[in-house]
Amino acid sequence: MPAAGVVTIVAVVLIVLALVVYLVATILKLQAIADGLDEVIASVGEIVEKSAPVNDVVLDINEQLDAGVELLEGLLVQKAGLRDALGLVEGLYPGAAAQGFRAFPESRELVPPRIAEVYTRGTLTLARLGREAPIAMANPAGPVLRDVQYGSMAAKLLYTDVRHTSPEKLPRSPVIGSGAPVQYEQREDIGRPRKRFARTKYV
Amino acid sequence: MTLWWIGNAVLLLVVLPVVVYLLKGVLDAASGIVPSIRQIAGAAAAGSKDLDAVPLLLTTQDQVRQTVAGVAGYGGSLDVILDDAEEE
Repeated sequence: MPAAGVVTIVAVVLIVLALVVYLVATILKLQAIADGLDEVIASVGEIVEKSAPVNDVVLDINEQLDAGVELLEGLLVQKAGLRDALGLVEGLYPGAAAQGFRAFPESRELVPPRIAEVYTRGTLTLARLGREAPIAMANPAGPVLRDVQYGSMAAKLLYTDVRHTSPEKLPRSPVIGSGAPVQYEQREDIGRPRKRFARTKYV
Repeated sequence: MTLWWIGNAVLLLVVLPVVVYLLKGVLDAASGIVPSIRQIAGAAAAGSKDLDAVPLLLTTQDQVRQTVAGVAGYGGSLDVILDDAEEE
């Protein structure tokens, strides 16, 4: 056999070997992919099976909740009136009045009265001021009024003018003793033994 | 004879590298899919496990019905107790 023939055979064998090695490796990888896809399909099937009744159940829950909301809104509006009801809701949940009531679309255009401001926003004011703050004297939407650890004048200024701003205008402290402007007569019985009542016998 | 040698050279220097290159590309692509498939299988299994609580929705549904019924009862009582708002 000529040398060229031997080289040809060697080349063909090499090509076939390369084909076998790579194709077998590829087949093994494809088998692994097929196994993984089987697991995926099984899990997806479970998901589909488990989530099948979710839609109906959630829709039913939403219908029930909508009915409850309409009932409560209707009762609130019936008892308090639309405007005051809106104010109550705004007082409890600031910003909720902008959405209005579902069953009363016209409520979105109303300006809610400032009901419950004393308690809700005042509480927020207290939280901003720290201690010693009167309720609802400042706008809770503003920044912190004072340093809650060291400053106290900002909170004191919210009260009526008593002692903290002009102490010189206060009446003087009462003078007691011999120099007091008002002298009272000393009672004679002070310092003496206490009167004792005669014992009575009960039969 | 010369053509035979040329053919051998083409076979060894061109055909064999091209075959190896193409087969390696296919093998790399298949190898790249395997981790992705494993991740998808894991995510699907986790998703299926997360849905194990779905039957509790039936309990929620029943609770919501009872709650709304209770609210309706209270609402009816309040409707009787409280006066209606005065019409403006």
